[in-house]
Amino acid sequence: MTTEFTVTLRSPDTSVGTATAMKAVFIRDLKIALRQPQDLLNPLLFFVMVVTLFPLGVSPEVSFLQQAGSGILWVAALLSVLLSLDHLYRHDFDDGTLEQLVLQPQPLFLLVMAKSLAHWVLTGLPLVLLAPVLGVMVHLQGNSVAVLCLTLLIGTPVLSLIGSIGAALTLGLRAAGVLLSLLIIPLYIPVLIFGTGTVTAASEGAPVGGQLALMGAFLVLALTLAPFASAAALRISLSNS
Amino acid sequence: MSEPLLQAVNLECERDGRILFRNLSFAILPGTLIRVEGPNGSGKTTLLRILAGLNDSYSGDLLWRGHDRHTYREEFLRNMLYLGHRPGIKPLLSPMENLRALMAGRRSLPDKVLWQALEGTGLDGFQTVPCRNLSAGQQRRVALARLLVADEPLWILDEVFTAIDIHGVAALEKLLVERVENGGAVIVTTHHDLRLPSMHRVTLGGGDGYDH
Repeated sequence: MTTEFTVTLRSPDTSVGTATAMKAVFIRDLKIALRQPQDLLNPLLFFVMVVTLFPLGVSPEVSFLQQAGSGILWVAALLSVLLSLDHLYRHDFDDGTLEQLVLQPQPLFLLVMAKSLAHWVLTGLPLVLLAPVLGVMVHLQGNSVAVLCLTLLIGTPVLSLIGSIGAALTLGLRAAGVLLSLLIIPLYIPVLIFGTGTVTAASEGAPVGGQLALMGAFLVLALTLAPFASAAALRISLSNS
Repeated sequence: MSEPLLQAVNLECERDGRILFRNLSFAILPGTLIRVEGPNGSGKTTLLRILAGLNDSYSGDLLWRGHDRHTYREEFLRNMLYLGHRPGIKPLLSPMENLRALMAGRRSLPDKVLWQALEGTGLDGFQTVPCRNLSAGQQRRVALARLLVADEPLWILDEVFTAIDIHGVAALEKLLVERVENGGAVIVTTHHDLRLPSMHRVTLGGGDGYDH
């Protein structure tokens, strides 16, 4: 049942390329998430509920909602991403797949990037797709809805990428949830300020190109730096477990 | 004598203010099996995690084929297979999907080979059943299927015999013997009474470790 074993170092041509390994990580995460849809629905439901409850709890006035709408949507999106972060590495850590991920020969930060991307596709992207409906519900005007979706489209990957650092750092801890929020929320604030600021500017008819460019810069920064930080944090967490 | 694959020089590890081992030096040569022994809590798993590169809280040197392991990280990882306490099996995926995902970062193998590897570990007929419906022993067997398709010269196996039935243990012992005969190097921890020819021991818990 065994094949011939020889002790030769593996030649590079039999090894798997980084892109293939990243794709495998990405696909595996999507597959697992789709087999456990309640984990996917939870943050979405949270998002919808918060936005729905605001007019009921505060004021259903059109003028108020128009003013506060973008803020409500952004805060709800931010919190629902935060809600889903604890799962990002937790299950992998518990069942040992994370150890195997760290021991893959490919650069860990790229594998982590693939995981963050999968997290965004599973949590951030559905929020972006739901946002127009909820935007209309809080009486955002035509152009503002489009801008809101655009800011969420650029902003939610940043939330996933930064969140991955916090999730990796708090992995070995028991009361991870509280610490995760405390660590991550300060880093989310710039994204939130620019996200809502851009929508407000759009509703006032001001140009938004500059602010969108800045958010794009956030995304590039997060995409290039966050995976390195997450990979280092994962190593530390595994080293202490 | 051939060149050692992995060499530990004066390893020292302290955990929670307690020194687990100190001045521990040994070499893992091709064609040898090393069993790490010691009572519970003596640091067997910690040692294996250090050797695999999962735990960095040690002092001393680890040399991969005579070079500092950190410098040759990628080469080391390509040539080392680690199976830990936690089998690395996703309960929601089937054995086939699990094995494919585990091998995806290492070698691209056709599905047929993976299927046969699962057959070879006694999981015939279970290849597409979600792993959460399998028993603990069967889940370990999914992880062990990797050994049948592995070509890494160094295996680091932590408690591999856990939850495996008698026939499985015998087959696994046979596999390890064959592996070592063919020039592979294996380092294991187990509480199972493992008696294999040409087995070396590293004993922990007695203060100083000694060379085999």
